[in-house]
This record gives sequence, structure tokens and C-alpha cells, in this order.
Amino acid sequence: MKSVDELAKIRDSRRAALKIREGVPSATEKAHIMMCGGAGCISSKCTDVVDAMKECLAKHGIADQVKIILTGCMGPCDMGPVAIIYPDATFYRRLRVKDAEAIVEEHILKGNPVQRLLYRSPGAKEPTRCVHDIDLFKKQKKIVLRNNFYIDPTSIEDYIARDGYAALAKALTEMQPAEIIEEVKKSGLRGRGGAGFSTGMKWGFTAAAKGSPKYVVCNGDEGDPGAFMDRSVLEGDPHSIIEGMAICGRAIGAEQGYVYVRAEYPLAIERLSHAIEEARKYGLLGKDIFGTGFNFDIEIRIGAGAFVCGEETALLHSIEGKRGEPRPRPPFPANAGVWGKPTVLNNVETWANIPEIILKGADWFASIGTEKSKGTKVFALAGRINNTGIVEVPMGTTLREIVYEIGGGIPRKKNFKAVQTGGPSGGCIPAEYLDTPVDYDSLGALGAIMGSGGMIVMDEDTCMVDIAKFFIDFCVDESCGKCSPCRIGTKRMLEILERITNGEGREGDIELLEELAKTIKSTALCGLGQTAPNPVLSTIRYFRHEYEEHIKECKCRSGVCELKKE
Amino acid sequence: MITLTIDNQKVAVEEGTTILEAAEKLGIKIPTLCYLKEINVIGACRICVVEVQGAKAFVPACVAPVAEGMVVRTNTPAVIKARKLILELILSDHPMECLTCVRNQNCELQKLAEAFGITEVRFEGEKTSYPIDDSSPAIVRDPRKCVLCRRCVSVCTNIQTVNAIQAQERGFNTLIAPAFNEKLANVECVQCGQCSLVCPTAAIHEVDDTQRVWEALADPNKHVIVQTAPATRVQVGETIGAEPGSIVTGQLVAGLRRLGFDKVFDTDFTADLTIIEEGNELLERIKTGGTLPMITSCSPGWIKFAEHFYPDLLPHLSTCKSPQQMFGALAKTYYAQKAGIDPANIFSVSIMPCTAKKYECTRPEMKSSGYQDVDVVLTSRELGRMFKQAGLDITNLPEEEYDPPLGISTGAGEIFGASGGVMEAALRTVYEVVTGKELPNINFTECRGLTGVKEATVQVGDLPVKIAITNGLGNARKVLDKIRAGEADYHFIEIMCCPGGCIGGGGSPIPTNTEIRLKRIDAVYTEDERMTLRKSHENPAVQELYKEFLEKPLGHKSHELLHTHYTKRSNYPSEEC
Repeated sequence: MKSVDELAKIRDSRRAALKIREGVPSATEKAHIMMCGGAGCISSKCTDVVDAMKECLAKHGIADQVKIILTGCMGPCDMGPVAIIYPDATFYRRLRVKDAEAIVEEHILKGNPVQRLLYRSPGAKEPTRCVHDIDLFKKQKKIVLRNNFYIDPTSIEDYIARDGYAALAKALTEMQPAEIIEEVKKSGLRGRGGAGFSTGMKWGFTAAAKGSPKYVVCNGDEGDPGAFMDRSVLEGDPHSIIEGMAICGRAIGAEQGYVYVRAEYPLAIERLSHAIEEARKYGLLGKDIFGTGFNFDIEIRIGAGAFVCGEETALLHSIEGKRGEPRPRPPFPANAGVWGKPTVLNNVETWANIPEIILKGADWFASIGTEKSKGTKVFALAGRINNTGIVEVPMGTTLREIVYEIGGGIPRKKNFKAVQTGGPSGGCIPAEYLDTPVDYDSLGALGAIMGSGGMIVMDEDTCMVDIAKFFIDFCVDESCGKCSPCRIGTKRMLEILERITNGEGREGDIELLEELAKTIKSTALCGLGQTAPNPVLSTIRYFRHEYEEHIKECKCRSGVCELKKE
Repeated sequence: MITLTIDNQKVAVEEGTTILEAAEKLGIKIPTLCYLKEINVIGACRICVVEVQGAKAFVPACVAPVAEGMVVRTNTPAVIKARKLILELILSDHPMECLTCVRNQNCELQKLAEAFGITEVRFEGEKTSYPIDDSSPAIVRDPRKCVLCRRCVSVCTNIQTVNAIQAQERGFNTLIAPAFNEKLANVECVQCGQCSLVCPTAAIHEVDDTQRVWEALADPNKHVIVQTAPATRVQVGETIGAEPGSIVTGQLVAGLRRLGFDKVFDTDFTADLTIIEEGNELLERIKTGGTLPMITSCSPGWIKFAEHFYPDLLPHLSTCKSPQQMFGALAKTYYAQKAGIDPANIFSVSIMPCTAKKYECTRPEMKSSGYQDVDVVLTSRELGRMFKQAGLDITNLPEEEYDPPLGISTGAGEIFGASGGVMEAALRTVYEVVTGKELPNINFTECRGLTGVKEATVQVGDLPVKIAITNGLGNARKVLDKIRAGEADYHFIEIMCCPGGCIGGGGSPIPTNTEIRLKRIDAVYTEDERMTLRKSHENPAVQELYKEFLEKPLGHKSHELLHTHYTKRSNYPSEEC
């Protein structure tokens, strides 16, 4: 492909073929079955269901009239395998091999939805058939995950049909580098890795930095326990990352990109590798893209299992083949990144926003969200909540809406106790703050952080001291060991929490924890260390009484800790 | 220039200066632990944190660059409290064996704990418990005492480019060790001991061989002799509190006699002998079209480095043993014969600024006398310890003379201790041997100083001799890579393993840094100037040695006793070659 016109041609012809997924019945095809092929549904054997469906379709002689597509993650992982059948957008959940026959014979052949496989919202009497009518999805707004219901992630043409690479075409043919950066700045997009730094400003610094060549890096080392937002994007829509990075390459004058993905995401690596190869084949990566003279290519770097490699300087070391350890900043990657050269480093979710911002404009993007937090945020809902999985909501949605309306509330009528955002770097937010809008600043004010999007819901059966211990234990395991406050300090915090949860807590332990926490926060070398004490500090802030009960009364109100009574 | 305020004082410094350096300019010494000027600037220990107005967290002064208008406070109660807690944490993972520690009273962690008045450690949890690695004949690693400052890693990686030790594991289990926690003796460690020189605690230190020497000295059947390396006479004073660069030659001899050594000899004697042998070897190679450039072979760390990393260049190395080993071989043959002592009863000790010498004396080829040629090597640090144990403040002793014949030497032997010294000594002799004329100017100043790679062309008769001199193995690599690439047209290269040469060796007194190295180098050349004889070929004892024993340079006996061979070595135990 050497021109924007060629891209438009592919888009138009492919879009016509995919009309059915927009709800337009087709003369030649009966249905497109979009089977969720996210890692969760694959582990619950969705491919076996696909095989059974294919067999059944063949038996009825309609194999050529029904397409079955494995998509990226659709979100509601606990209901997997899930599928959407177009043109009528019927949503099915908990599909088993034995259900294939009913789907084919009832739904495909007769047009009768299989009632028992439909989703019923908590509290609702009747199931809801159409995916667009289901509460769980209605409250969401999909920008990052815009394509996951619709495309085959292994098909570049599916992506192009959904306006894929149109933003790159626009950036290369209609915009100057400075305009691109200005557009991203104006959009208000902030880094989705957790810290929330202005993406446009980061690009601006890198563009202005002295040094050549420059690099574009995607951080796909998602490591928070229970978080899999980035995996969903990488698996479901890998081209959006490639496109976002290429646009940045144009904006800052870089020709090489690296995507750093953790080794624990084999499917994401497989799909992204395939996407990179296809993009090269279509001339969307490589030399002289769209005949504009712009060159850009991407290589994948696979992590080796260290959480700290999600920290940007550690990630850069790891790309260079060195031990994944952070270094002090400044210099920031914008000035000295990969191989010491100016580098833009953004998180997967950030990259996925870029094509939409360029295509639809900064004003459109900035109209979504709150004053200081624009756009949407993807969360991984986990813990004591009915609908676990991936959700994408506009910034400013309240925690209560996420937990109760989208998440379907707490199972078994238990009482909500807290929600933990930001994983091991974040904090626990108690019930009294459920109406807090989710944005960078509100969460920060509560002692939590937006983080990369992990959201763990806890009910009355959760012990908050135990939770603090869990997260500190994680940080102790994942500390790189370079700076003393993190290396030794988190270990000592864990030891104190262990004795408290064993019933051997002492007077003064809470104060000692606080002293350690504050010092580690203010002296540790990198983001991991500086935020590691957050779960302890936030649980002491909101649940100090639970700590005191453990220490003074040898009591764990949730019955989680086995306390040695004297 | 950038103007900032530190503790209410304004200071103007160049862009890129760190807060630590700017504070130093104002006379404010911010405490540090992992930081080591020019070597390790990584901001790991966090002891140097300071308050910067407007910053969300404390800022590590050692790595943070200054900024215009910055307002820094270095000693607010909050800063001191944070530093104290960090120290307490470090101490909570430390064995606290200070009274029985080899670095007692010369430990940076101990000094900090004292300065901050740490009287209690409130954390009693797990402590690092990796076993001590005493596999090497020269270096001991004690991970329990390691504060993970990484100075050793920086020196080994960046200065020496050996990369023998790295951070292994992570978090609380982090350990500085060879890859896969292999033993030091089994890897490419060249035993240079630069790591032991920079270690703030006793996590890496020399093998202490003093007890073996005490025992030999007390043994009535042993004739215990000692040789002192050129650099030691400008070092040993420091171990008992003398100023860096103090020359204590005569007092050193007196002290060694008082410890009970039967004869006090000098490695300078065999340094002179080395010049005769090596000088002739060079001329022979030039004459017969042998392998050039020829490279010096005095430095055992360099030899092991070449065997591991440049085995293809081994034919370039002079076959001469180091002065220590020439001495060892002669002591148990020539000297034994001359003094009428059974070599089996001679116990040969050497005092070296070097840890690699401990390794060198155990090499299997270093037994040409029929016995282990040198029995024990003590570093300057260990000798200092012996003097302390004996209650000898050598700086107050009268100066005494070395014993003949192996204690007679020239200024040329003396300057072996500084980078460029071997080259200068060789030039003094080669010039006169080749031209038959007296040198108009004996001082080859182009050979001197701390510059990493020094190059010069010296006219010797008709021959313009091209030379190069390197110190520190990272600098050696630059020249060696040129040889490999066929881009080196030198005749003769001096390579010293340690920065500055032997005066900065891994067995030197602690601290050893650039300023101290320079002072010791000055002392070396002062010592040279003081000598009546300053050319190796004028050493009467060496002349006598040839007459009575060796017959001629590069002769049969020389080859047997004074020359050696080298072995290609693998970097990991699994990679046997």
C-alpha cells in the first residue's frame, strides 16, 4: 500500500463485507459469531465451543454462511466463554460445547435466541438479549476497547474497516509534527500507566530534546495483581497500538519503536507479532509509509517476569538487555531513554487512545470525562463483585456506579467494605467515599491512586490488615533491591504486619508502620518503592480500628487471620 | 552558571553539577554511603537525601542535578530523621560484628552510625545469610556485611571491565556475586581487589594471611625472609595514620626487623633484574622479528585478565616473571646457596600493594626453585595490622637499610610502583645498552601520571621506539583492541592492572582515591630522585648475580628461574577450554 487512497479502498470494501456486524442483515451470510478469544475465555475452552459450532454448522450445510471469529476480550470474564452473534447483537454467556447445537439450530437456523444462555442482570427478572441493552455494557464507553466486539484481531483489514490507520494517514498527510503534539496536548490525555502525566507534554519534551535517533516505546509490562487491561488491548486490538506508536514516531521524529510485553502474555505477544507482520506487509510499517517518506518500524521485547520492569527506567534497562532496575530521574526518558536517546514511553492503553484522538479531534476527546481527567479509563474489576472482568468507563464515573451498576454489586448480599485501586501502589477506599468520581485527582486525594486500572472490591469478610500484608508481600517480592528503603523497609513492614496478623502485634507497631511508610514513600528511588507503602497507609487511615483490634484484642473481625491467643 | 541556595547560602555552580557537589563547594558535607566520586554515582543507599523546596519527596543529593533558583535544605529534622531510619534499616540487615570485623574503625557504615547517634535498632527481622565465599586465594566475599552500594560492581564493570560480579536475585535477597552465584575462584575475576578497596564495609576484603606469617616468624627452624614491593614504602605509613604519600622506606625496614624477619630484602632488586631480562627480551624480539608489540608482565591481575579475555594476545606478553616471583625463585636458589641455608627451611614472605599477588604465588608454575617460590603474600593493609598487633608505630622508628644482596636496588626499581615506571626504567636501560651512551635526561616524564592511555615515541639510537602505557584494565582494553585490529604499531607496552599502577593496587591502604594516588606517585618519584643509582643495569648486586649465578640475560638459568608461560582461561566453570 503506497497511498491513502489505497487504504480507503480496502476500508470500503471490507466495511461492506462487515456490515452485518453493524446490525445490517446480509443476503449471503446468516450470522457472524464473535466468540470472545481473550485469555480468560480461551482458558475456559472457548475454542472447543467454536469447534463444536463449526461441526454443527457443517452438519447443517451452512458452514459458508456463518463466520466464527475469535475476538479480543469482551470484558465479562467470569461469564466466559461469551459470544456476540450478529446481526442482531445477541449476547451469550457461559457457553459450553454442549450448547453449540442449540445456538446453531435455534438461534442461527430458526432465529430464536437461546434463553438459558442469555445474561440476566442481578435483580432482573428477565434476561436481556441484545448486548447494547445490557446494563453492564450500557454504562460503559468504549474508546480504548472500541474494536473488541467487532473485529478479528488477526485481521488487519478488519481493523482498517473500523477506520484503522486512517489516523496515521491523517497524521502523515494532513498534519505537521507540531500539530500532532498540539492535538494530543489539547485532548488532555494523561498517561494511563498510573501516574497521569500529560501525554502531549511528554511528546513535546521528546520532540524538543537534543539527540538522535529518537525512540517510541510501549509499556506492556502490566503487572498489578488482578489487572489485565493492557492484555485485553494487546490481544483484542493490536493494530491500535501500532498505529498510535507510528503517529508518535511522526510527531517526535522517531523511526523505531519497541513494545515491551511481559512474557506471561503469550497470546498478546502472538497477536501483536502477527499484527506487526501484517502491518509491514501492507506497508503500514517499514519504509516510506503512504509514500510520504516516513519510515517507522516496531520490535517486540519480552520481559522476564519482574514487576519492576513496568517502571519506565527499569523497562528501558531491560530493553537494552541489562538488569531491570530503575535509575534516578532526571534525566527523564524524554531526554535519555533507550540507549540514552530521547524516548517517548507510554502505556498500552495510552497508545490505544491516540488514533481516536487524531481522527476525531482533541475537542471530541476532551468532551469526555472530567475537567482534569479526560476520556475513559479501563478497569479490571476483581474481588468480591458479581461481574468481574474488564470495563471501560468515562472519567468521572463514580465508584458506586462501577461497583453496583456495572459490576452488579457484591455477591451473596454481603456488605461492601472497600475498593482497592491502583494495585500494590494504590490504596483502599472505604464505603463512605463510594460516590467519589473516578479521576486522577479525586483518587489521589483519598490516598489511593488511579494506577493502571486494577480495581479490587472487598466485602465484610475481608481483613484490611491482611490485605495490607498481601500487597506489601507483593512489593517485597518484587522490589529490585537497589535502594535501601524499599529493599529493607518493605521487608520490615511485612514482618511487622505478619506479627500483627499472627496475634503478636505490639503497642507502637502501628506508629512504627507509619514511620516506615512515610520514610519509604519520601526516600525510595522509584515509583514502586515510593508507592509500596500506600496500601498500609490507606488501610491505617480508614481501618485503624482493625489494626487496633488485632493488636489489643487479638481479634480479626473478618475471621481471616489466625491469631495466637495467649 | 546556575545559582541556588543551600542551607540559606547562595552558590553558583556549572550546569550539571549535583547538589552534593554544590554543597561541598559551600563546605557542607552531605553524608553518603553508596556514592564514590567518579566511580559510583547511582543514588542507591538514599543516605544523602535532602529537602528541595517544591519537590514531592526527598531528593538524593549525589545524583540530583542543581537547577536555577533551587532551594535546598540539607539538615532539617525531617531529613535527619529519614537518614536515621534508613541507617537503622541498613543496620537491621547487618551482622553487627563490629568489634571482630576486619574493617573495625575503618568502616563507612560504622562511621555513619556513630555520626547519627544510632543507639538502637528497632527491627529484628530476617537478616541476609548467604555464606561467605572464601574460595579465592586473595579475596573474601561476605554477603552478610554487604550494604549493596554497588561500588564493587561499578569498579569491576566500568573501571576494570571484568564484570566478574553483578547483582543477583532481587529485593531483600539481592546479592552481589559472580553470575549464578558461582564462587569467585571459578570465574573470570582477576583478583585485582579493586572491589575490596572501594567496599565501605567488610563485605569484600583481602584474605588475611598474617597468622601464617606470625607462626613462621615464631618457628626457630625457619629462616624467614621478606621482600617489599616498590609501592609499599609509600603506603604502609598510611595504615598507622601517616599522611598519604609519606615515604617510610627506612622505617619499614626497621619495623620488619622488629617483627622478627631474618632478612629484609627488596622487590626493587628484582625489579632491576626484570629490566635487564625484559629489556633484552625486547631487543631480541626487535632484532629477530619476534612478536611485537611486547607487553609487560609484572602485574598478575593483568596477566589473568589477558588469559581470560585476550588469550589470542598471550604471545605478546613478555615471558618474564613478575619481580615478586623472580625474587621468590632466586631466594630459594641463589640466596640459599650463597647463605648456605637449606631452601626447604626458607620461608619467603612478600609485602605487596596487591591482592592478585596472593593468587600469583599459588600458580603451579611458580615453583621453579623446587619449592613454592613465595610462601605468603601480605598486602600493605595486613602488614599495617601486624605492626599494630606488635605495638610498632613505625613512623617513630629509626631508618634502617635493606639487607644485601637482595636488598640492593636503584631508582629504576623504585618507580615500578607507579604507572609508567616499568617503561621509564626500561627506557633508561635500553637506551644506554643500545647506544652505549649515557642518557642526557634520565626523567621520561611522558611516562608519568594518571592518564589512562599514554603514548610516546622515544628515539633510541637509530630506532624510534613507539611505546604505550595503560593503567586500569578498561584502559588496557583500548590498546589491546587496537592490537587485535592490527592498528597498533607500538614496540613496547606497559600494562598495569590497577588505576595509577601499584600505588593504587587492591591491597593498598583504605581509602585509596585519585588524590591519594597522586600523592603516592609524587612520593615514588621523590624516592627515585633520592637514590644514587637510578638505572637498573648499574645495580651492582644484579651485576654480581649474573657473574656468580645467572651468567647472562636470557641465559639458560634465567629461562629456568625467571621466565614463565601463560594459559588460556575460560570465564565460567562450564566453559572449560
